[in-house]
Order: sequence, then structure tokens, then C-alpha cells
Amino acid sequence: MTRTAPSPASAEAILSVRDVMLSFGGLRALDGVSFDIAPGQVTGLVGPNGAGKTTLFNVISGLHRAQSGTITYAGRRIERESPHRITRHGLVRTFQIARGFPALTVFEHLMVYGVRQPGESLVTAIVGSAAARRREEELAETALAVAGRLRLSHVIDNRVTDLSGGQKKLLEIGRALMAEPGMILFDEPAAGVNPTLAEEIGDELLALAADGMTILLIEHDMALIERLCRRVVVMARGRTLAEGSFDEVRENREVQDAYLGGRR
Amino acid sequence: MLTYILFALVIGSIYALLAQSLMLSWGLAGLVNLGLAGFFAIGAYASAMATTWHHAPIPAGLAIAIIVGGAVGLLVCISTLKLRDDYLAIVTLGFAEVVRVVASNEVWLTGGTDGIPGVPVMVPRDLGLGFHAGTLAVVVVAVALVYGLQRRLLAAPWGRTLRAIREDQTVASVAGKSTVRFKAEAFCIASAIAALAGALYGHYTSYVAPDQFQPLVTIYIFLAVTAGGNTRPAGAVIGAYALVAFLEATRFLADLVPGLAPVQAASLREIIVGLGLLLVLSVRPNGILPERSQKAPAR
Repeated sequence: MTRTAPSPASAEAILSVRDVMLSFGGLRALDGVSFDIAPGQVTGLVGPNGAGKTTLFNVISGLHRAQSGTITYAGRRIERESPHRITRHGLVRTFQIARGFPALTVFEHLMVYGVRQPGESLVTAIVGSAAARRREEELAETALAVAGRLRLSHVIDNRVTDLSGGQKKLLEIGRALMAEPGMILFDEPAAGVNPTLAEEIGDELLALAADGMTILLIEHDMALIERLCRRVVVMARGRTLAEGSFDEVRENREVQDAYLGGRR
Repeated sequence: MLTYILFALVIGSIYALLAQSLMLSWGLAGLVNLGLAGFFAIGAYASAMATTWHHAPIPAGLAIAIIVGGAVGLLVCISTLKLRDDYLAIVTLGFAEVVRVVASNEVWLTGGTDGIPGVPVMVPRDLGLGFHAGTLAVVVVAVALVYGLQRRLLAAPWGRTLRAIREDQTVASVAGKSTVRFKAEAFCIASAIAALAGALYGHYTSYVAPDQFQPLVTIYIFLAVTAGGNTRPAGAVIGAYALVAFLEATRFLADLVPGLAPVQAASLREIIVGLGLLLVLSVRPNGILPERSQKAPAR
């Protein structure tokens, strides 16, 4: 029995999603999604196309507002928070189609994601401050280290529009890291890249998990899911269908039906 | 002739202030502000009313213009938060027209279409050439101060975040930035700069009236900033002086063509201005000074 019963947010979960609903006109994109994410683990979020996975990410990250239901991150209710506040609480997401700031360089992307920069206040920007300069140096150092880790050092001063698709995906990861997250929502981090790079991205995520990062990962590449995820949540038609280990979920009849389209 | 050149330089400097205002709101924050002439007018009226009718000293008038311009800018920005691109352009264009129509019709408040004559000047007018040169010195100082301010803003993390918001608001908010705060701050400062330009203009021409603030002013400044580079303070300043030089030069060029009626000559000037912009943009698509990015420090 892997089906979730609605239960109060468990104390040890870092992220709890409860009965989240969202309709666009007549379409029920999310129809009562519920699950808990334990800290320090990689959890896979899978499901057929149109299951509502990315919509759920949009709701968790504050880009869409749920019509009902609750979302708790690190003990704080976030379902009504704005995106920038959610990121500041430490919950950061990436985008499926690598999105960014076309006119900005790789370095600038990383720096923009930097947190606690007093130079972002207008007054500090005008009068200048030693603290802002010091923080800028720290952030620059971190940005260079992140770029090195993701093999982006040689393109650090290039605009993102000059990057390959794979490099853009790596930059998505790098940006999330700059935000000093407590948890990262990855939306298909390896979609559309060649198998070698997909494996490298997998290594990167494993390294993050080894450092104790909590990760929720949308991915269609089942080999990657099997390799990375101790737990898998399956969504179909806007609902949580099943939860469990990869093997448990794979054996689940309902999951097979959902993927093959047998169940109506 | 010297008076004419000084006059053109003062106007060029006023345009350089307006161009820097537009560089900040449009070039950096991505807010298409077609209401520039409205903020220009508000500044001119605010300072003219305070100094002419209430006999405030000119520096106080300039300060009042900056404060009123910034406050109205904040109001316009907050009431248009959900709008972007063309919609914001339409609303701001409407705003500038509202300002002009109110200035024309609310006679009790603004003096109506007669405008406000006798606005005090910054340098005694009977100095002749000295009046123009002195005023030029004042406006050039204003251009330099605003330039310094813009350089600081652009070099600071604040400017980098603003550019990111211009590129993709959603991603910027996911990056943890309050897009509303940054846009409001940028628009407020930009409006205040435009208002300062208006106040200085009023204290130069000594007369403020609604028909000085036609939408054409806004379009000219867009031309200047587009040609100069809409993300660089120096680009905005160069673009503004170049525009005024070009506009004045076409005056003589049109006269060189024989057999033109004055109306045709005026149209020919507009055509030359348009062609000039096309020429600049075909050679330098991002303007004379394109956007500069922050380089990673060498390791």
C-alpha cells in the first residue's frame, strides 16, 4: 500500500504539501496533491506528461498561488508567500527550459543569485559601503568556485545566449547553489542534454546529496531517477498516485496504468 | 551666433538629463516610459509655481520639483505594477497627456494655456551672453551630478539586479529579489531626474506652458537614448547632445535644398532625423555605447 492518506505535516519533513488544488479555467491542474519530503534526501517526482509536476513546482516556488491546500517549508507556511521570499527562506527552484537573463554573463547570473548583499539596497548603492564591497568579494569567490565545479570557468564572462544547451543546464544548477539553499527543486535538470552530460549532471546532484542537500527532482529519465532517488513520488492527473522506493513504485499497478494510459 | 550655440548646449544638457532618466527607467529597469514629457512638465510646473507665485528661492524650487517628480513617479509605478511592455507604454503615454491636458484646463491651478510667465532665472538675464553661459554651467553641473549618481547605481549590485529584472522578472524573483522594490526605486529616481530637467528648463526659458511638453519630447529622448546606448549613462549623455546637434544641423541642411516651402523643410528635417537614427542603428545595433557587463575577477 503506497497510496498517501492525508495526514498532518509530519514533524521531521522539511517540505510538506497538503491537498494542494489549482485549476486553470475548467482544467484541474492540481487536484489535491499531498506528500512529505524528508530532509537530506533526493526525492524523485515522476509522472506522465500533464500530471502537474511543473505546475506543482510553480505553486511551491510561489509563481502560482494554490486555490486551496497548505505548503510548509522548514516549519513555515509558504503557500501565500511571494517567490522572492520563498527563495530567501532557502527553498530554491530551477527551470525546465533553461531560463535566464539573456544580456547577462554567466558570472552576473551567479552574482545575481547571491544572497545577503547589502549593496542591493538603494542607499548603500549610492553612498557605498565597506560591507557591500566585502560581500561582493565573497560572492565573487563563491561564484568562481561554483563555475569551476560545474566546468563553466572558461565561459564565465560569456553571455548566456552564447552557451550550449548543456552549459545552460549546468548554470541552472550553479545559480541555485549561489542562493545558499536548504532545499532545491530541480525541474528536469538533464532534459535535452546528451547522455554523457546527463550522467555528469547526475554526478553533480549525487555530490550535492552527499553534502546533505535536500533535493526534489522532476525527471523523465528513469535511469537517472533510479540512480539518484531513495524515494519517489508519482503524480498523475493532478494527484499524488503513489510513493515509495523506486522498485516499489515501479511494481505499482496504478503507476503502470497511469504511464501506459490504461486507466480512465 | 555664440548665443545660439550656448542655447543649443543648454537644451542639449536638459535633454541629457531627460536621457539619463530614460536610461534608468527603460534601459536598466526595462520599463517603457512614454510618459517622460509628463514628468518633465511636472518638474517645470512644480518649481515655477513655488518660485514665481510663492517666491521660494530657486534651489528650494529645484528640490520641490525633485520631490514631487519622485513622488508622482512612485505613484505611477505602483499603479502600473502589473503592466509591462506595450501596456505600460500606453498607460504612461496617457499619463503624460493627462498632465498636459490638466495643465491646459485647470486654470486655477496652473494658469491654463497662458502658462506661467516670469519664472525667475538662475543667472541675471541682463548679463546677455553671461546669462546663457551661467545657465549652461548650472545645467552641466546637474548633468555631471546625475551622471555620477547613475555610474554608482550601475556599478553597485543594485544595478546588476535591476538589469536582471529587466531581462526576466520571474527568474529574478526566483533569485530572491523583490522586483517591485527595485522597479519602484528605479522609476522614482528616473522621474525625479526628469522633473529636475523640467525645473531647470523653466528657470532658463523663464516661461512654462503646456505646449512645451508635447509627446514629441519623449520621442526625441527615446531617439537619443537608442542611438547613444540605453544602458550606459555616457551613452545617454552623448546621444542627447548628438541629437540636439543633429536637430539643429538639419535646420541649415533643409535650407540648403532649393524650392522648399517652410512646411516641406520642416518635414524634411524629420525625415533626416529618422534616417540618421536608422544609420546609427545599422552600424551600431546596440547604440554607440553598448551594454557593459561585470567581469569576473581574475584568479
